[in-house]
Amino acid sequence: MSVTEVIAAVLIVAGCALGLLGGLGIYRLPDVFGRMHAATKPPTLGLVLVAIGAILRVNALSGATLLVLVILLQFLTAPVGAHMVARSAYESGDQLDDQTVIDELSQADPPEMYP
Amino acid sequence: MILATNLGFILLSLGALLTLARLIQGPSLADRVVATDLLLTLLVMGIAVLSARTGQGTYLIVMVVVAMVGFFGTSMVARFIERRGA
Repeated sequence: MSVTEVIAAVLIVAGCALGLLGGLGIYRLPDVFGRMHAATKPPTLGLVLVAIGAILRVNALSGATLLVLVILLQFLTAPVGAHMVARSAYESGDQLDDQTVIDELSQADPPEMYP
Repeated sequence: MILATNLGFILLSLGALLTLARLIQGPSLADRVVATDLLLTLLVMGIAVLSARTGQGTYLIVMVVVAMVGFFGTSMVARFIERRGA
């Protein structure tokens, strides 16, 4: 095994462990907002690590381009999607758990709905 | 590399299993949306691991499509929840 293969293997295993961490968080955490926190951040980092590992292995340039595109897409869309789901869940009456202490949206003005 | 990708597939499968449990039992609709989004992210990671295993970029375009479908589906259902409530 060459050096790049070892690096790629380490990156892939670490990224997949972060994916498992996301699954563990979404199963264990008590309310929607905590689950969303666990489902968005660790798998994004894990996807970045796995994609870098795959870039080191795929030798065609087009494959590396697609992997970079996926990384950019995930970085752009994961926060936006989580924000939209969190906002709609909050406004449709999902309750926060007792262990979730920070609720900044409750002190804001009543939000205006979409038209 | 075969060993590392096997280990990666096992870890991703365990994560997908836990996500599937949340998708089935999740009390509210938002839980299910978040679980579906995570499931698609795990699928994208699985395709990346597969292409690293074989060394070919055949399935990489599927990754891009699945990532975009995941985002569009999530935002559509988020708007649906906001209009309908619950």
